[in-house]
Amino acid sequence: MMSIHRLPAGCSFLPHRPPPVCTHNTLLAIALAALVCVLSGITFPAGAQAVGNQEDVAVPPPTEVTAHDTPSDRGESITVAWVCPTIDTGPSGAVLGYSVSRATSATGPFVGIGQASPGATRYEDVDAENDTDYWYQVTTLATAGEAAADVVGPTAAKPQWINTRQWNVFIILLLLLGFNIYFIEHIKAGGKPYIRKIAGLEAVAEAVGRATEMGRPILFVPGIQDMNDIQTVAGVTILGHIARTTAEYDSRLVVPTSRALVMTTARETVKEAYLSAGRPDSYDENNIYYVTDEQFGYVAGVNGYMVREKPATCFYMGAFFAESLILSETGNSIGAIQVAGTAMPAQLPFFVAACDYTLIGEELFAASAYLSGEAKQLGSIKGQDVGKLLGMLSIIAGVAFLTLAAITGNDFLQSLGDWIRAFWSTALA
Amino acid sequence: MRRTVPLLITAIVGAVLVIAYFIPHPPFDGLREDFSIFFDIIAAVAFILGGGNLIMMHGNRAYRREKGYWYSLVTVVSFLAVLVIGLAKLGNPGGFGGGTSVVTEGSAFHYAYQHVFRPCAATMFGLLAFYVASASFRAFRAKNAEATILLLVAFTILIGRTFVGTMLTSWLPDSLYFLTIPYLADKIMIVLNFAGNRAIMIGIALGIISTSLKVIIGIDRSYLGSD
Repeated sequence: MMSIHRLPAGCSFLPHRPPPVCTHNTLLAIALAALVCVLSGITFPAGAQAVGNQEDVAVPPPTEVTAHDTPSDRGESITVAWVCPTIDTGPSGAVLGYSVSRATSATGPFVGIGQASPGATRYEDVDAENDTDYWYQVTTLATAGEAAADVVGPTAAKPQWINTRQWNVFIILLLLLGFNIYFIEHIKAGGKPYIRKIAGLEAVAEAVGRATEMGRPILFVPGIQDMNDIQTVAGVTILGHIARTTAEYDSRLVVPTSRALVMTTARETVKEAYLSAGRPDSYDENNIYYVTDEQFGYVAGVNGYMVREKPATCFYMGAFFAESLILSETGNSIGAIQVAGTAMPAQLPFFVAACDYTLIGEELFAASAYLSGEAKQLGSIKGQDVGKLLGMLSIIAGVAFLTLAAITGNDFLQSLGDWIRAFWSTALA
Repeated sequence: MRRTVPLLITAIVGAVLVIAYFIPHPPFDGLREDFSIFFDIIAAVAFILGGGNLIMMHGNRAYRREKGYWYSLVTVVSFLAVLVIGLAKLGNPGGFGGGTSVVTEGSAFHYAYQHVFRPCAATMFGLLAFYVASASFRAFRAKNAEATILLLVAFTILIGRTFVGTMLTSWLPDSLYFLTIPYLADKIMIVLNFAGNRAIMIGIALGIISTSLKVIIGIDRSYLGSD
């Protein structure tokens, strides 16, 4: 089945290459140049002679072509793999790429479904129908011609039940779940966990107390994302705790939201907090209101409120973007105590610069557990910490293995380092 | 019951979506997208609540002539004006039944968006420049050793990212290239800043997983207003 086409040098059937143009003028110029060279005693170097021999160079097809159902997917995909011929030296070499054709029978007709770049060793056909047999043919496309490999097949795409590519995520998930459950049970059984003090959360009671003494409201901004963002969920859980403290102090808590769904969730959260604090009469749903979905419209609304009402305390907990500094600087200008928390790394410096306390990344997610002080919640913080410790040890081990491998040239150490890197990089992608 | 039902829904949906992440086979493969669409539908319905809340709150404030009521008046009038312009497709080529989108160029909605909303939003965004200046002034005061280091690092990056950095140290010989300000600024960003950023990202990723697990298995019920 293997077919090899031999073409004269400079000629190709590839559509994007123009055919050689040989006019009488060109031939005349070449003849004159040759005559001049002969008369002046110039000789051709050996390399130049080899150019003429390209007419006899065969374009080899890719070898070891295989086609298999792409693993760990929903089907509808077949991966075709091959080994490049030796003349493939990359993008600037003689090979222009590989053409992949597909047919529903071994004898064809084969229809081109795509091309792969020079140096590529696989092509993923993402247009396959599940449970249909396909045959594939891969062709080398080169400057000197093209060569098709043997037809491979039949292969059918099938959906898989387990995504084995995500095994590391599964292991990390199980480990974290295990750590959480272990520490929850440990603390329930009377274990005394050490939890580092988080200054921003320690200051919540003080900040609410200050607002009460000054007779001014407390402002809580739950970010500008919707409830499907985990940072907003974390922000709303913190709001529940702050609302309870506010209810106990009988202060006014104001929550402007940029999403209607956040407004309804925040209302329920604050209402329940006031109920559990025994102050249902102090709850006023008008203090939790919708402003607008538009980022800067929301900022204008909240800033206007801050400048007019001058809240004594401002909390910013959730996902923030460019509005972080506008809000926190306005809060700073009115002399409010400000506590911020976000998992948006780009906004953290702004909050650090403008706020009194900032919960950095993971502290936002630990805040709810920290404020509740419950055994099962504190256990989850310890579980999270152990996960972090595991990550740190992996990084140290990975760096050590790769450094030693670079010094000693030891393949085993290199593969260990690579394995650790792959384990975490996919998990945290 | 009011707490049990939401907890059950959260636990079941959360667990199913976690499991679906590891199962590419139908019907699990499309669950994430399906739930995302469900969320969009709920959010769209909630938006009506939001719009209603906005009208009621600001309408009441304007009606009662509370302090700063004219802001509420402007909000209500603007909201209703844009709503009417959009729903009636005023100025749309072909009118209401012309089959053109509300954002078609030439429509009143498009005009309001381009000539009222966008300049207002750009103005708010422009304020950021002044806030950056005031925040930087406060943050970079050399009050102690840490603040001084912060100031020096920030100054190096600031200078290194402009033509001044290149100009000031361009006289250094090639062998001392590592002392040029742009090189130092790049190294601070690529090595120190990147490493710190990654450390924060790892913490955030673990925090997200931990929070999600707490919410799914019902340990954290604070979002329902109870511990």
